[in-house]
Amino acid sequence: MKKLVELKSVYAGYNDEVILTDVSLDIYDNDFIGIIGPNGGGKTTLLKVILGLIKPYKGTVKFYTNDTHKRNKIGYLPQFNKIDQKFPIKVIDIVLSGLIFGNKLFFKYSKSDYTKACDTLKRIGISNLKDYPVGALSGGQLQKVLLARALISSPRLLILDEPNTYVDNQFEGELYKILEELNNEMAIIIVSHDIGTIASYIKTIACVNRSLHYHKSNKITEAQLASYNCPIKLITHGEVPHTVLSKHNH
Amino acid sequence: MLAELFEYKFIVNSLLAGILASISCGIIGTYIVTRRMVFLSGGITHASFGGIGIGYYFGFNPVIAAAIFAVFSALGIEFLSKKTDVREDSVIGILWSLGMAIGIIFVFITPGYAPNLMTYLFGSILTVSTLDIILMAIVSVVIILIFIFFYHTILFVAYDQEFAQTHKLPVNFINNLLISLVALTIVLNIKVVGIILVISLLTIPQSIANLFTNEFKNIIIISIVIGLIGALMGLLISYQINIPSGASIIFSLVIFFILAKMFQIIKHKILLKINA
Repeated sequence: MKKLVELKSVYAGYNDEVILTDVSLDIYDNDFIGIIGPNGGGKTTLLKVILGLIKPYKGTVKFYTNDTHKRNKIGYLPQFNKIDQKFPIKVIDIVLSGLIFGNKLFFKYSKSDYTKACDTLKRIGISNLKDYPVGALSGGQLQKVLLARALISSPRLLILDEPNTYVDNQFEGELYKILEELNNEMAIIIVSHDIGTIASYIKTIACVNRSLHYHKSNKITEAQLASYNCPIKLITHGEVPHTVLSKHNH
Repeated sequence: MLAELFEYKFIVNSLLAGILASISCGIIGTYIVTRRMVFLSGGITHASFGGIGIGYYFGFNPVIAAAIFAVFSALGIEFLSKKTDVREDSVIGILWSLGMAIGIIFVFITPGYAPNLMTYLFGSILTVSTLDIILMAIVSVVIILIFIFFYHTILFVAYDQEFAQTHKLPVNFINNLLISLVALTIVLNIKVVGIILVISLLTIPQSIANLFTNEFKNIIIISIVIGLIGALMGLLISYQINIPSGASIIFSLVIFFILAKMFQIIKHKILLKINA
């Protein structure tokens, strides 16, 4: 196990309002962490700190990526309702954009970049969508395209912000299967409002509600959640049969 | 008849203005429409009237004064809406009217009558000067070069800024560069159709193009062609029945839009029938 990222007593938020207080977290190379917590508790803020989108007021975020081969540090799949679904862009171009890095203005794709993009689409099982305009995609299809964009740079850490909202159960099942496979190559952090369905795939649970409680198992009880100050209901939706949560002991 | 038309310098100038307007508006308009910045662009357009007023009062070229004024208002809107917690559309509303107010005050205190004022409000492609043409040409060339060389970066920052930021792309630089180009494009095309109508050159061709294609690059190309046809047709109508050129250009474009939309609906119906 190699350490990838280290957060040390981080305080962060927006417009001088502190949302996260004293958060420390170590992320290792084969981690599969599920982040849960109430709305407004700071789940997205935590992701943004790790992604480098906001600077912490206090504390440090450190990356341990001293490998020689060129790999992107983080692949990011944002909440898809933040993305303009009428923007005139083709699927293949979205995936290719995952290969653009750094403080450069000029960028040109090579043939191997294009092949890489096609391979990534194939891996996720959406080769047929290659030339579709983004406006013609369903929610689940768009999520897969965004996943391909995050994966094309072979990141060390994959961050997914609520990938299971607005998609059907079939897509959810497919997504988790892909993630399970990817976990052999990279660490994964997934934010979810629905801990029930992700519980059997994730290895550990991080409860974020202003502060962070790290639970080093994928089994958690409501009593434990309460003690973490993380008032979440343990429910599963529909027919997805992956609940492995312990029942109350009383 | 046409040969005799080309003997007049102002006709040649207005044709050149029409071509350059369709190029700059075709490219920048696509950016504006896809980034949903139409209201912001309206704000910049009207704010630039402040620059025109100041130019009048101090006796230097109103177009250049308006250009400087517009670029600063555009950057100001970007800055204020990002760094303060005032809503972006409110900032736009404030600068929109502030610019107009400054313009009205300066035009009012300028001694004598301002005969060309209506030109700026409603446009007059026939009075476009050689200096205007040169400025328009420079801006068009700059825009073309920037969009050719930085195309992918511009497209991805426009599509998903946050993702671009996680990849350490120069997001702020791109945003500021593009908003400045938007301001310059608007100001230099004010002479063609006027402050009140310029937004249509930046939105109607794109809306027509978007009916037929879903790719950024193609929207640009089709918009340029449609803009060009609209400008030429508008000019011809304006010459034939002697109405203001700005209004006749917009009118032509709107008719194209209606025809395109009708064509699309009919095509859809025929396809449904064939499939049924």
